[in-house]
Amino acid sequence: MMLQGGIILLFSLAYIGFLFAIAYYSDKRSDAGRSVISNPYIYALSLAVYCTAWTFYGSVGRAASTGIGFMPIYLGPTLMVALWYLVMRKIIRISKINRITSIADFISSRYGKSSSLAGLVTIIAVVGIIPYISLQLDGVSTSFDVMWQHSELAGAIPPPGTAAILGDTSFYVALLLATFAIIFGTRHLDTTERHEGLVAAIAFESVIKLVAFLVVGVYVTFILFNGFGDIFGQAFQKPELRDLFTMKNAGTYTDWTWLMFLSMMAIMFLPRQFQMTVVENVNENHLDKASWLLPLYLLVINIFVLPIALGGLLLFPSGAVDADTFVLTIPISQGQEEVAMLAFIGGLSAATGMVIVATVSLSTMVSNELVMPLLLHFGPLRLSERRDLGGVLLTIRRCTIILVLMLGYCYFRLTGNAYTLVSIGLISFAAVAQFAPAIFGGIYWKTGNHLGAIVGLSAGFVVWTYTLFLPSLAESGYLSPSFIESGPFGITLLKPYALFGLAGLSPITHSLFWSMLVNAGGYMILSLVGQQSLMEHSQAAQFVDVYKRTQENDFRLWRSTSSVTVLRSILEQFLSRIRVDEALNDYAKKHGLDWSKDDVADAALINYAERLLAGSVGSASARVLLASAVKEEPVSMDEVMYMLDETSKVIAYSRELEIKSKELEQATSELRAANEQLKEVDRLKDDFISTVTHELRTPLTSIRAFSEILHDNPDLDVEQRSKFMAIILKENERLTRLINNVLDLSKIESGKMEWHLTAVDLKEVIEDALATLEQVIKEENIELETALAEHVSLTVTDRDRITQVMLNLLSNAIKFCDSQAGWIMVQLKEQDYTLSVAVSDNGPGIKPENQEIIFEKFRQVGDTLTEKPQGTGLGLPICRQIITYFGGDLRVNSIPGHGATFFFTLPVVSPTEAEADKEPNYASPIFANGKTNNR
Amino acid sequence: MLALSSLTARPITGKNIMAKKVLIVDDEQNIVISLEFLMQRAGYEVAIARNGEDALEVVGQFRPDLVLLDVMMPKINGFDVCQKIRDNPDLQDTKVIMLTAKGREVEVAKGMALGANSYVIKPFSTRELVAEVQRVLEEE
Repeated sequence: MMLQGGIILLFSLAYIGFLFAIAYYSDKRSDAGRSVISNPYIYALSLAVYCTAWTFYGSVGRAASTGIGFMPIYLGPTLMVALWYLVMRKIIRISKINRITSIADFISSRYGKSSSLAGLVTIIAVVGIIPYISLQLDGVSTSFDVMWQHSELAGAIPPPGTAAILGDTSFYVALLLATFAIIFGTRHLDTTERHEGLVAAIAFESVIKLVAFLVVGVYVTFILFNGFGDIFGQAFQKPELRDLFTMKNAGTYTDWTWLMFLSMMAIMFLPRQFQMTVVENVNENHLDKASWLLPLYLLVINIFVLPIALGGLLLFPSGAVDADTFVLTIPISQGQEEVAMLAFIGGLSAATGMVIVATVSLSTMVSNELVMPLLLHFGPLRLSERRDLGGVLLTIRRCTIILVLMLGYCYFRLTGNAYTLVSIGLISFAAVAQFAPAIFGGIYWKTGNHLGAIVGLSAGFVVWTYTLFLPSLAESGYLSPSFIESGPFGITLLKPYALFGLAGLSPITHSLFWSMLVNAGGYMILSLVGQQSLMEHSQAAQFVDVYKRTQENDFRLWRSTSSVTVLRSILEQFLSRIRVDEALNDYAKKHGLDWSKDDVADAALINYAERLLAGSVGSASARVLLASAVKEEPVSMDEVMYMLDETSKVIAYSRELEIKSKELEQATSELRAANEQLKEVDRLKDDFISTVTHELRTPLTSIRAFSEILHDNPDLDVEQRSKFMAIILKENERLTRLINNVLDLSKIESGKMEWHLTAVDLKEVIEDALATLEQVIKEENIELETALAEHVSLTVTDRDRITQVMLNLLSNAIKFCDSQAGWIMVQLKEQDYTLSVAVSDNGPGIKPENQEIIFEKFRQVGDTLTEKPQGTGLGLPICRQIITYFGGDLRVNSIPGHGATFFFTLPVVSPTEAEADKEPNYASPIFANGKTNNR
Repeated sequence: MLALSSLTARPITGKNIMAKKVLIVDDEQNIVISLEFLMQRAGYEVAIARNGEDALEVVGQFRPDLVLLDVMMPKINGFDVCQKIRDNPDLQDTKVIMLTAKGREVEVAKGMALGANSYVIKPFSTRELVAEVQRVLEEE
């Protein structure tokens, strides 16, 4: 007897052992660099993990009650795969660049490597997949029971879940599957994101389940019946089966649409599909072949669904046999034990494939996105200091696998057999469909933000829980059925299958409508309203523009000082030493580094390490781990901005502009100042010319007036005539003097004065000047006093100019000294290589505020109200210019009412220089006090 | 310093009964001498002021029909004097001729705006000046 319990178990174990061998073999091949899975056919077959016990057993059950109603679940993926070239390729590219480990990692990475979002996605995935796991347990344990009790086939099969736990097949099945998943999913100490052996085993399982199903199909169709025509013909004869050929029981078009949408999402976002399609993908181009191979697989495996369902209904018209078990019960009832055994193995394949991949991906998520972040955040555990974190990680994953299966078992026990396999599966589909807005938004819409994703996902998940998950528990009697009938606390608006009065839809369609509405709505609204963090902004740009970027210009958000040694130790916590060596050596080779010399880990290397680590623990944890261990220099706002290249350009430009405009401002103000100065100079020149004009016109006025008077009045007496003539002559002199002064001044000021330098004895100059004015002094009755040093040193100067100065000072003294008792004193002294000359008078003196003004041009200071001082107003300015030119100083000391003393100094020259100086026309005089004149 | 001097002028018979009075204001001694000579020759009664302050004082006492007013003087300049004369209601009929060595148009305009009757630029033609004084005095 082939179908004894022991034999069934033996077959099962043998099959599993064989699978293990395949996995082991392909891992070995992979290590040797000859990967078996690196081919598009294996890839496509591994994607067929989509077909589970649901397909293997459930589709037939579904077809038996709804006819073609099982089909949307396979049409959806077929449609979706057609769009993969656009969507999935992008997701794969993004995931490869970021070393994405799971769908939770993917979403969290997009929204700023957020741990909270990763945790949320993980929770949704785990809770959402539990019904699906329970479905597998249901399928497998039912198949066990069917096989076990085949002899009593005619009778009813005891419903699963009614037996005590120890006698409960499903419990052992759960344990068996857990063991199996642990063996396959967590064999390696290296917790990398990819599992070659697993993929190979899954691909093999896909072959087995397809072959098994086809064998049963062929057996039923062509051996039990005479082909499709025969089965359909016979079924058509029966009125109760006729409806299966119409759309009557197949569901409304609305339901079809939603189911297709649901399965379109499921083929992408079920954690196991994401694991196989994205994470385990070896080569992006494998997607091309998979795009038609997978739909082909789905088509082939579904060809015999309807014939088997109809055959079963024809064979067991009583309805006593569960249609979900037709694949097994038909061959068993016909005594075809081999076929039954093959079908059993096929069903086992379908279920184990799903459970292994799903639990592996869920355990990765739970360990990476829930447990690790928590452990890393709890400082006291000092986790980051432990050496063997890879081991910790594996333990966490193994526990998670057991936990997930046990949760699945509990759900199975709670819901009992109130649901068909398919409706349980759809609950899980609806859960993972919640990921759609965040993922599609994430890869096509840069504005989508973290808050939007969190709120959208949470809201969608809450609605899903309320409208599908809780009612599924209620229907099994663990929650009050009134919850479904009349809503919680009798509030009809909150009825879970007719929320806010939206009745008349199937529970799945109803739940999807509301959950998608709040999910997508919340996501979009908050994304539009909210802000993105810098990290998010950079990730968003990287995800959406993934085709535009190469790995090289990847964002470098690390700015670090770390050593390769430190990095190595962090990596070795999670990865084997050999793998770390390999990875680092690869990097060194690529970048021309030598680790024995270079120990400085730059940003690029840390980035590389982060990605390496992300492959093991997920991007959020990888970042936390590296951040805690790598001494990261604070990334300044400016630097972050620099990394966001568009922004950085704008910043750079605006900064440049700012600098430019500052420079311009400065230049402008300098120009303005220069312009003001020019204007001032211009104004001074204008004033000067205007003043000179006035000063010239004044004597000219007198000269012309008296000339005309003399001319027009020949009758004037002699006295008047000679008086007028004298005035004309005097004004003439004044005019000449003025013109000479103006010319002198402009020559000195413009540097065009010709100086005739000789060694001059000042005493001689003073005596000459006094001699010139001797007559005037006598006429004015002025008392002259002189105190001239007997012998003074020579000075180098222009004798005529110094004489001019002396005459000017003496004339002023004569002009201003007391008109009754005039007194003038002239002194000459030599002290410290300096000659000084003083001319004093006993005139009215000069007020202190005027003592500098008198040296300015045309600024005579009149001391009487009536008499305008005589002179050009240029004498003293010219004198000062001359004295200054020869390195001396001209000033006045005066107390108003007590006369004034004008004095000037001139430097002396040493005797040898004086000798040389006696020669005329020497250039560049060197003065005794060391001053050099450059003129 | 007030210098009412008609002694140096030669009397012109038949014309000096109702001789008009002219005040000369200038700080240049020689110009004052020439102006005094010319005005007396033309038969006017002449007074002299050597600066702005004197001018304002003399104008009140002497009540000239016309003031020959130099612009460039220290302290109170010709413009200020002109302004003060025009501001005094008692002196409404007093004519003012400004004399300046700065022949700029702005200055002429400023003088006229302040109410001067005419403007003469130094150096001037003696005949034209006398004619201008006569013309202004005959103005209504």
